[in-house]
Amino acid sequence: MDRVPLVDYLVLGDAEDEDPYLVAHECAGCGARYFDRRSACAGCSGQDFLDVKVSRTGTLRTFTIVSFAAKGVPVPFVAGVVDCDGTSVRGNIVNVEPDPGHVTLGMKVRLTTVPVGTDSAGTEAVGYGFEPAA
Amino acid sequence: MAENVWILGIHMTNFGKHKDKDTLDLGTEAVFGALKDAGVTMKDIGVIGAGNLFGGAGFGQQLQKQVGQTGIGVYNVTNACATGATALRVAVMAVKAGETDMGLAVGVEKLSGAGLLTGNASKDTSDTWTPEGRYGAVTGLDGRIGTETMPGVFAQIGMEYGHRYGGADFELFARISEKNHAHSTLNPKAAYQKKMSLEQIMNDVMIAYPNTRPMCSANCDGGAAAVVVSESKLRTLSLEQQKRAVKISASVLTTDPWQEACQVLPDVNTLTRQAAKTAYEQAGLGPDDLDLVELHDCFATAELVHYDNLGLCEEGGAADFFSSGAPWRDGRLPVNVSGGLQSKGHPIAATGIANIWEVAQHLRGEAGPRQIEGARAGLAHVIGLGSACGIHVLEKAA
Repeated sequence: MDRVPLVDYLVLGDAEDEDPYLVAHECAGCGARYFDRRSACAGCSGQDFLDVKVSRTGTLRTFTIVSFAAKGVPVPFVAGVVDCDGTSVRGNIVNVEPDPGHVTLGMKVRLTTVPVGTDSAGTEAVGYGFEPAA
Repeated sequence: MAENVWILGIHMTNFGKHKDKDTLDLGTEAVFGALKDAGVTMKDIGVIGAGNLFGGAGFGQQLQKQVGQTGIGVYNVTNACATGATALRVAVMAVKAGETDMGLAVGVEKLSGAGLLTGNASKDTSDTWTPEGRYGAVTGLDGRIGTETMPGVFAQIGMEYGHRYGGADFELFARISEKNHAHSTLNPKAAYQKKMSLEQIMNDVMIAYPNTRPMCSANCDGGAAAVVVSESKLRTLSLEQQKRAVKISASVLTTDPWQEACQVLPDVNTLTRQAAKTAYEQAGLGPDDLDLVELHDCFATAELVHYDNLGLCEEGGAADFFSSGAPWRDGRLPVNVSGGLQSKGHPIAATGIANIWEVAQHLRGEAGPRQIEGARAGLAHVIGLGSACGIHVLEKAA
């Protein structure tokens, strides 16, 4: 089955022995990192960028447990920001009970993939999340 | 050196449900209230800063068509929750620049029943995955990559502070909300004037941990307007007008300077700290000189970080500052004696003028039962995501 990433900065790593990872656009001038398509760097206005692999592991810098969201968004879920060796990444915390007893600030997490759904052409979309790292 | 600018008149409508009033009705009430308070008419006004987010284009002109088409320039502004402060800045800048000696700022919102202000949940337009936008996303990201809801975003902002400095937990955030709901019982203009116990707050509907429903700002309808005047013009007016005028000792607007992570989770801290620093310099005052503060408690989790950002406590000391009792109305530095956005309500574009109205009431000694006795200086702060931060420091007439 064909697979597509939920966002273009997620590399699914379909090749053998390759784990999924995130790619950031790093400013060649000041090193600022971004995940969206860039016109220029917000830190230094430079326009040259390199693609860099982001660390697959990190610590949970902050989170919330969303119990009330827009229609069509399944709740509850844990949303957070993960510090991946100095690069902050937004993502859901998955494979964990969504309650404050199981999700804690500073916990170690690692990148994982999450199924999103299959379209009419039979293509599966795959997202990412962070799960507790033992 | 540009001359000082003063608030000559200011008004806020009752905040709450105004079923029979539209945006222009509320705007009219706010404008005429401010003009009457100032003792002037539309003919005296040389510029208008007009703020409104949800009422359609050309709000300022629509409002002129109800209250007076005098031909003066209108600047329609939007800056999220800092819209009202931005409208005021427009009038202040025009007077400071010497283009006119009197200006009007107005902000109005109809927001009752708006529900959760959120992101894009239903983006799916194609039945095959097609990458779109700057993230090449094949479907909506809200709930799949974090949250776009405001309660969730600001929950993370408060939790991040807790992660960095410790001492901030669910109960502490709920206690902040308990304070603001208690304060609101003295404010007849607040949308909600009900005291709530800590237990009630913590056991209410969870929206985005640790923010329960009463810890979130209340969507409601309301308007606020202010007339500002140059100091030289003020000196030509009556003694009564001069006595009630409130000095704008600082008027500052900032956006967020780039920081690592600021495009991942909004950084409401850096721009507020910069705005506060500039405001204290402009005013020649420090946090210790303030008698009251109205800050942007859009969520209980937000109020905590702004104690620190505004320099009301030592860096990292916001939880201790709160626990000391300082921000209660009988404490060392009362914060949100109006009840704050959690109980007074948050009609977005009105908020950045309504908080100045609150401070002005106290400086004039006209705040009634909730008067902070002897108040001489106060600070009003708003922040709109995106982001924009507005800070005004106000002082009583000498």
